[in-house]
Amino acid sequence: MRVQMTVNGKAVSGEVAPETLLAQFLRENLRLTGTHIGCDTSQCGACVVLCGGKSVKSCTMLAAQAEGADITTIEGMESPGGELHPLQEAFRQNHGLQCGFCTPGMVMSAADLLRQNPSPSEEEIRHWLEGNICRCTGYHNIVKAVQAVAAAK
Amino acid sequence: MSDNGHGIGAPVKRVEDFRFLTGRGTYTDDINRPNQTCAFFLRSPHARAQIKSIDAAKAKSAPGVVAVFTGGDMQCGGIPCGWQVTDKNGEPMKEPPHPPLAKDKVSHVGDQVAVVIAESLSAAKDAAELIAVDYEVQTPVVDMEKAIAGGDVVHEEAPGNLCYDWELCTAEGGAKEVDDAIANSAHSVSLRIVNNRLAPNAMEPRAAIGDYDLASGEYTLYTTSQNPHVIRLLMGAFVLGIPEHKLRVVAPDVGGGFGSKIFHYAEEAVVTWASAQIKRPVKWTAERSESFVSDAHGRDHITDVTLALDAEHKFTALKVQTLANMGAYLSTFASCVPTYLYATLLAGVYTTPKICAGVKAVFTNTVPVDAYRGAGRPEATFLLERIVEQAARKLGVDRVELRRKNFIAPDAFPYQTPVALQYDSGDYHSSLEKALAMSDWEGFAARKKESAANGKLRGIGISTYIEACGIAPSAVVGSLGARAGLFEAATVRVHPTGSVTVFTGSHSHGQGHETTFAQIVAEKLGLPMENISIVHGDTAKVPFGMGTYGSRSLAVGGEAISRALNKIAEKARKIAAHLMEADAADVVFANGEFAVKGTDKKKAFAEVSLAAYVPHNFPHKSAHDDGEGLEPGLEEQAFYDPLNFTYPAGCHICEVEVEPETGAVTVAALTTVDDVGRVINPMIVEGQVHGGLAQGVGQALLERAFYDDNGQLLSGSMMDYTLPRAKDMPPLSGLQTATTETLCAHNSLGVKGVGETGTIGSPPAVINAVLDALAERGVTDIQMPATPFRVWSALQEAGK
Ligand code: FES
Ligand code: FES
Repeated sequence: MRVQMTVNGKAVSGEVAPETLLAQFLRENLRLTGTHIGCDTSQCGACVVLCGGKSVKSCTMLAAQAEGADITTIEGMESPGGELHPLQEAFRQNHGLQCGFCTPGMVMSAADLLRQNPSPSEEEIRHWLEGNICRCTGYHNIVKAVQAVAAAK
Repeated sequence: MSDNGHGIGAPVKRVEDFRFLTGRGTYTDDINRPNQTCAFFLRSPHARAQIKSIDAAKAKSAPGVVAVFTGGDMQCGGIPCGWQVTDKNGEPMKEPPHPPLAKDKVSHVGDQVAVVIAESLSAAKDAAELIAVDYEVQTPVVDMEKAIAGGDVVHEEAPGNLCYDWELCTAEGGAKEVDDAIANSAHSVSLRIVNNRLAPNAMEPRAAIGDYDLASGEYTLYTTSQNPHVIRLLMGAFVLGIPEHKLRVVAPDVGGGFGSKIFHYAEEAVVTWASAQIKRPVKWTAERSESFVSDAHGRDHITDVTLALDAEHKFTALKVQTLANMGAYLSTFASCVPTYLYATLLAGVYTTPKICAGVKAVFTNTVPVDAYRGAGRPEATFLLERIVEQAARKLGVDRVELRRKNFIAPDAFPYQTPVALQYDSGDYHSSLEKALAMSDWEGFAARKKESAANGKLRGIGISTYIEACGIAPSAVVGSLGARAGLFEAATVRVHPTGSVTVFTGSHSHGQGHETTFAQIVAEKLGLPMENISIVHGDTAKVPFGMGTYGSRSLAVGGEAISRALNKIAEKARKIAAHLMEADAADVVFANGEFAVKGTDKKKAFAEVSLAAYVPHNFPHKSAHDDGEGLEPGLEEQAFYDPLNFTYPAGCHICEVEVEPETGAVTVAALTTVDDVGRVINPMIVEGQVHGGLAQGVGQALLERAFYDDNGQLLSGSMMDYTLPRAKDMPPLSGLQTATTETLCAHNSLGVKGVGETGTIGSPPAVINAVLDALAERGVTDIQMPATPFRVWSALQEAGK
């Protein structure tokens, strides 16, 4: 079947099998490999993207369900001029990443948190990130990075 | 040397972050090769079964299928173990065969039975369901104590399921002398400790692409590895018989390893071999559920420990008897983890004069067990810090004072332990005192009162640990059974215009080598960071390497880079002297400039490098080399083999709150003071500690890879296996990390290593804190993970 959507501001389309997940469509059809797949039980959050601004786990959504949707992946977070998104910059400044595998999901998830709640408490940040697992950083610097962006707003 | 602000000691932001933050990293699964096929492994659903027959005919003719292979198709060597341990009777350990695809039997749930290669992954998966395997299911061997009690065996080659029965007993009279010392001591205390089995769960699942090039006869393997050269060696020489010059192994960006990506895995050999069979690239990526049943697990010890003390409470003797689970096959490092990385650490930071450790390594029908962040040292530390705590409680003495009294003194170095190691430097008092102050140990009573007012039990726990890392001196490990050397290699290539590429045998999978190693170059050559590139992870680019594990990257790999840089500086100084018509002895090199002492003559590093590649005016070798002349070019290599392990040590303090009604434990505070030697990048060091602490808290409170009697992994998904999440760690205000510094005495950088301190030091601090909280209710022991159910049950039991 054919699917069409907007990804990172560009109209895209592709031929997929009906069971194709959005994560697979992004990675394989569009070769946007910044969206990662870390589990098969919808637990890790490495695959989080924004769908109409809302964070979704792209491994739990069929590509077909995203028909017509407006998707943003980690590749779409920089400004058109190539400047890092404040969250990306804050992760760098606060050493909020090590191996980088969870990072795209963390950034996308945090972006949705800050959209909904521009000044979350530490507890709210930790609670929100419940669906994103990082095995490297111990979360400390990730929480700091999200706080830094919230404080700068 | 350099004062450019990004040399040694500066918290430089990471070079690698940009690509990871923008989705531009290249992990193995991000790579697609032209004309690639997809592989899916059919895995055993049974823990132990004979394979009577496999019928793959239907699968082979299914739509989209390119090939199906089973064990009979693949004539090759078995997956080797890298370390030969000799039993206490002088017998070599038992090494049952480990074919990459099962031959006549399967030995754990997840064992590879067949591989289906197809045009798409879904076609491969669908076809795998058409393979008919006739299994004769047998009773599996799961429990270690039952395994060695006689009965069913995992492998006929290993009677009694014993891989080896090993002993390290340095008291002259052997085990008996230690037993006597215990019997004759004023006090003794014993514990049984289960060190829980863990599933590593690096966030990036393992993946591998085999790519055989018919034109050149060369094989390329892209794989999620911490050590591509080691994979080339093990797979090339032992499994597939491919010589090094025809085998390239690439480990691109790797999404975390923690030990689990050290080892050579069957899937790597299968995709590489299969690619040559079908003459197309073959790609495999693990699903998380496959990771749980095919990545090597960690820990899994059962230990009986006895500590004896004299009337003054000085430790007199320690006896340790351990059962260590090997799983179904010997993975790459499996045999050395519970021996040379464990028993040799049993002196800890204490002066215990007599120590005896007996270790039985046991085969079971479970996935192989091997090194996981810390590997052996967390197990040693946990039992020591639990038994010391237990001794303090039993004798009614202050637990900090008891530790202080038994510490190796700061002026005792080098200190020869009774268990083979010689500690080169350390100061255990200073890290202890600093941690006590930072954690406000003295003020704990007031905080406990406050918790009590809220109906909570509060506890504080401490651990003072040591580890041996930077593995290791090749001669030493060779004498202990290692089948490879453990040096590291580095090549420093200075380009004509003065920029530098470093090729390192270490591998970064989160550690930030591209930054830290560049800082060493910046420091030594006085160059800006942007002029420096670090290349790793490709056997076609990096001359040689042993990889990253055992916190060895900086202490061994970094030191190799440093030595190659010294050679560069020395040659460049001679060239500079020639250019400035000065005596080399009068030329000094600082901040990227060569200057002649006492004059204003100067040459920039880039001018000298240019002269090396445009050698019009150059101190050439004469026709009959007089030993003085130089060859053109500026590239140097160093192979560095350390003289000793390095010995990071420190103190971890944990404070917990327990909800008595539910047994839920909250980590309120964690304080760490680690002596990791000289710190190159404090930001990265802190990050390493944070990550290790999360895994330490995970082991202490949350994680358990748990098999039922049928050998089924019950915690085999992220829904069932509790990985630490953001809310499981203490609040920002409650986590404090600091360092003290004694320099490593035998490498020029003075560095020790930091990758594993968190998983080694913290679990006993957490458990000691939990027990401190529960002590008032009469609970005296608890096993990891101290889950709410276990804590609640312990409270109920004690309250009876
Ligand atoms: S891959 Fe989507 S939650 Fe893990
Ligand atoms: S940075 Fe490695 S998993 Fe988060």
